[in-house]
Amino acid sequence: MKKVLILGAGTAGTMAANKLVRLLDRDEWQITIVDKDETHYYQPGFLFVPFGMYTRSDVIKPRRDFLPRDVELVMASIEMIEPEHNRVRLGNGRTLSYDFLIIATGADIHPEQTPGLGEHEWGRSIHTFYSFEGALALFRHLRTWPGGRLVFNVVENPIKCPVAPLEFLMLADWFFHEKGMRDRVELIYATPLPGAFTKPIASKLLGGMLEEKGIKVVPEFMVEHVDPDARKLVAYDEQEVEYDLLVSVPLNMGAEVIGKSGLGDELNYVPVDKHTFLSNKHPNIFVLGDAAGVPASKAGSVAHFAVDTFGENFARYTEGLEMQPLFDGHANCFIESGFGKGLLIDFNYETEPLPGRYPLPGIGPFTLLEESEANHWGKLMFRWMYWNLLLKGRELPLTAHMSMAGKWLPTAAK
Amino acid sequence: MATRTIAGKTVEVNDEGFLTRPEEWTKEIAIELAKEEGIPELTEAHWKVIEFCRQDAGATGKAPTLRRITTAAGVSTKDMFALFPKGPAKKVARISGLGKPEGCV
Ligand SMILES: Cc1cc2nc3c(=O)[nH]c(=O)nc-3n(C[C@H](O)[C@H](O)[C@H](O)COP(=O)(O)OP(=O)(O)OC[C@H]3O[C@@H](n4cnc5c(N)ncnc54)[C@H](O)[C@@H]3O)c2cc1C
Repeated sequence: MKKVLILGAGTAGTMAANKLVRLLDRDEWQITIVDKDETHYYQPGFLFVPFGMYTRSDVIKPRRDFLPRDVELVMASIEMIEPEHNRVRLGNGRTLSYDFLIIATGADIHPEQTPGLGEHEWGRSIHTFYSFEGALALFRHLRTWPGGRLVFNVVENPIKCPVAPLEFLMLADWFFHEKGMRDRVELIYATPLPGAFTKPIASKLLGGMLEEKGIKVVPEFMVEHVDPDARKLVAYDEQEVEYDLLVSVPLNMGAEVIGKSGLGDELNYVPVDKHTFLSNKHPNIFVLGDAAGVPASKAGSVAHFAVDTFGENFARYTEGLEMQPLFDGHANCFIESGFGKGLLIDFNYETEPLPGRYPLPGIGPFTLLEESEANHWGKLMFRWMYWNLLLKGRELPLTAHMSMAGKWLPTAAK
Repeated sequence: MATRTIAGKTVEVNDEGFLTRPEEWTKEIAIELAKEEGIPELTEAHWKVIEFCRQDAGATGKAPTLRRITTAAGVSTKDMFALFPKGPAKKVARISGLGKPEGCV
């Protein structure tokens, strides 16, 4: 029996397990997946928790329910990966050996990396929605918050779901409007980026939307420390931003075990080929999802397209055939813009988000880079798709490769 | 691809003014690009960072991010902001004749 070992049963690991079970011959292959706990979180749903739009049962389900029966689930922390010996040491004392290793240990927030951030004011005047507990604490805080200066800060890029900060701010604008207190709330976005988003056309459009909603952007702001008592952010270039309520996306990093095992870069992401996800160093290690050091967005939709292309390549690879450069960096993100509307962006390594219609060219129903109610429903439907189709590796009505059909090129484009 | 002449040498640049062929870079070009970035004079400390970035990009094929520079070259983030104010990784990449760092996607 040949052994495939998957580390992490989150979005990417679960999808990979479901994909491989269907692709590989059960008499020849044994698939094992490891995770430290029982709970699968729907992380995109964290965005809605602070505003009371989603509760616990919307975002939490048992991992088991989404894994195929033929896959062994081992519940333990992963302590060390030893690629020279093709084995992984677990916290419960067990050692698992493998022929092929798939790393899908994701990325997580590290407030302790910024002085003053995760200290005595954490959970009081400083919050995050990048964890479930954090999102709940913020929900409780917002219920009685009297208003003031709400500052949103991203410590450093890359972060998971780079549009989530914009969504949070636009939903906050809506939320405070509904509560009849928008005039008592200042919304400020302090970001290390030169503008609202990473890609130029979308950045301009989204920047304009923020401005219309009265959300102020403080660009090129790299926070050095937080002064939790004086309630201000201090940047490396000594710029300061004061707040009454700080909502932070702390530094995102890959799993510690990646660093400990000598497999990661400075942020514990694993360098891999950006089209096949094969490790640069080890010919039997693949890395999927947020754990991969590729210049694509860290998003569930990217993980989905990645796993789709990976499955095909893995089958080829294990038969001794050459892999195809199948993954093109395809990302596809709904952006909530408040007041029951949303946007959708679709892009890849080469093409930035452009206006148009999706998935049917010219028809939609979703509008690319343009506000519509359909997009808002798309975002809410995404939760259903996530739990019912995506994780289980069912076919989605979307192709893995980005398509230019239905997109409108700017007149000045190449 | 557009070209422009910097410090007497004609080089290929992209629409954001980054050199597209790192091999066309010279120290004289770095001095000129630094001036455009608001750095009147390149000190020894600047050169140390520039040299690290050139070497690192040679090995990895891409311009290092700020975090990569601070971890691997032993320069603090604070010093990086003092040397190359506002967006240090992007600035040093341009001065070093490399592409834009991939930190933001
Ligand atoms: C607030 C927020 C909003 C988002 N919104 C969107 C969105 O709208 N659309 C979208 O597409 N994506 C969104 N995302 C991103 C998306 O959730 C992630 O990209 C996706 O979950 C990545 O999947 P993954 O499998 O790589 O990591 P994860 O799903 O995080 O899974 C990693 C798993 O590894 C396990 N693990 C890690 N280390 C160890 C260890 N040492 N031992 C044992 N187990 C370990 C963890 O327990 C976890 O289960 C959002 C994320 C956040 C935080």
